[in-house]
Amino acid sequence: MIRYLASRLAGMVIVMLIVATLVFIITRLAPGDPAAVMLGEQATAGDVAKLRGTYGLDRPLPVQFAYWLSELAHGNLGQSIFLQRPVTQALAERAEPTFFLTVFALGIAMLIGIPCGIVAAVWRGKAVDQVFSAFAMLGASIPSFWFGLVLMEIFAVGLGWFPVAGYGDPGVPLSDRLYHLILPAIVLGVVNSALILRFTRASMLDVLGEDHIRTARAKGMSEARVVLHHALRNALIPVITVIGLTFALLIGGAIVTETVFGLPGVGNLVVSAVLRRDYPVIQGALLVIAGLYVLINLAIDLLYLVIDPRVKY
Amino acid sequence: MATLAAPLDHALSSRGPTATLLRKLFGRKIVLVGVAVIAVMALAAVAAPWITPYDPIALKVLDRLQSPRAAHWFGTDELGRDVFSRVVFGARYSLMISALVVVISVAAGVLLGLAAGFFRRLDAPLMRVVDAMMSFPDILLAIALVAVLGASMTNVVIALAIVYTPRVARVVRASALVVRELLFIEAARALGISTWRILFIHVLQNITSPILVQATFIFAYAILAEAGLSFLGVGVPPALPTWGTMIASSQQYADHAIWLALFPGIAIVLSALSLQMVGDGFRDLLDPKLRKAL
Repeated sequence: MIRYLASRLAGMVIVMLIVATLVFIITRLAPGDPAAVMLGEQATAGDVAKLRGTYGLDRPLPVQFAYWLSELAHGNLGQSIFLQRPVTQALAERAEPTFFLTVFALGIAMLIGIPCGIVAAVWRGKAVDQVFSAFAMLGASIPSFWFGLVLMEIFAVGLGWFPVAGYGDPGVPLSDRLYHLILPAIVLGVVNSALILRFTRASMLDVLGEDHIRTARAKGMSEARVVLHHALRNALIPVITVIGLTFALLIGGAIVTETVFGLPGVGNLVVSAVLRRDYPVIQGALLVIAGLYVLINLAIDLLYLVIDPRVKY
Repeated sequence: MATLAAPLDHALSSRGPTATLLRKLFGRKIVLVGVAVIAVMALAAVAAPWITPYDPIALKVLDRLQSPRAAHWFGTDELGRDVFSRVVFGARYSLMISALVVVISVAAGVLLGLAAGFFRRLDAPLMRVVDAMMSFPDILLAIALVAVLGASMTNVVIALAIVYTPRVARVVRASALVVRELLFIEAARALGISTWRILFIHVLQNITSPILVQATFIFAYAILAEAGLSFLGVGVPPALPTWGTMIASSQQYADHAIWLALFPGIAIVLSALSLQMVGDGFRDLLDPKLRKAL
């Protein structure tokens, strides 16, 4: 167990080092002088030279990389060029809407995906299974930004049930701010429920075919008890994996959804950084999000150990 | 053409495993519908100049923002351009970009996956890089790459190909690991056949099905991702009528001209959906657990 944990942690460190290297390489792929690109066309030669000096861009690449890594190790993601403040601070300021949006969307995706998946598996091949499977496929084919625009048009602009866009001022109560997230979370949750639905259905079908289910039925147990008591418990264990995957999809989806609904979250920060070529912010966001993904996957593997007695490392 | 048609013809007429697979595949309604929709869209894209009533970039400001009507089936946009013509021409760009992404990511993914699956020493380092790349959300990695490379059609293709290559590499590696241990590979080695030939003829031939399934899904994802990039303003230049750029530019007029976003959106959903239907049907057919049940 401890050996497994150690090897997983070592693997995670290696993956994170590769992630950091990739992030470094990606931002150095830019054709031409990164300092000139960052400052734009109107910058003077003096400005460019100054920025190059500040960021050590005039030094050889391996030196730059080593410096960058050592700064990372100290938790320093650099300074945003446009926002004139540390990237960590910029990310922290924008974390609230993204955090709540992702959590709400995950909740909605699970609320739709898990029950629909169970129903589809129990009534396999029946009309309800086909309808849910079609829904899952449709969900995976709808661009979230388009779905967002359509829902916004109907429920916010047309019916006036939700605010059209924005997040409210920092001064307003949290509940008011969260109210702004309902429609975006529905969009993100519905679109991403497809994966959970499919996975729950497949996992449930696997379990329903197992011997202990046949035994339970042979003992004369009611079908509801067989499904809810005996099958569901085992079927939900692998579904946890897909929740980790969904998290990655949700962060990607949040980037787009935040732009549609004008939410001042991390996604919005990244998109504006991209448009302004604010490389330190892009680098920082890539690293933090990839790091979160790796951590969540590790947490899920460990969670497996706790909840599934059959899994031993 | 004859060289392409011959093996397919042979496959369909003979009763070999490929023929059975193809017959089963096209025997499934869901696959047939998916293939038909995609074929119609691809044909429309190719024949766009002949089947569209208007020039997709011709400005007619007097006709701006007209709702759908007989003269303009899908209405007109803020500059009086015919939305139907733009959606059909948009299929050209959107489908071509996605098809190129599929070709490049499959080629690169096959190379990486075969190398990892066949050469034990390369396996761990290559797969670690693949793991690292897959820890970025697709759209985030794509926007970062486009931001750095610059927004252009070529760079969108490159960025999305980089994003999807690891997915192909994983599938190819997993399949190659299984095939590597099969007896006929050992026999080929014993016969003195070169490693390259074993890899690219014998191994590749036996893992084409999972690659095709993955390619179909990547095609669908690439359509969605390209649209997302264009919507965010980091994709192809707004002047090109892709489905994504059309939705992006419709945003300002969403209150009173919903058709501007509606039709390109439906085109995206239809194409992604039909590709996923084909991929799903194909995957179900290959899955031994499901195959028994069908």
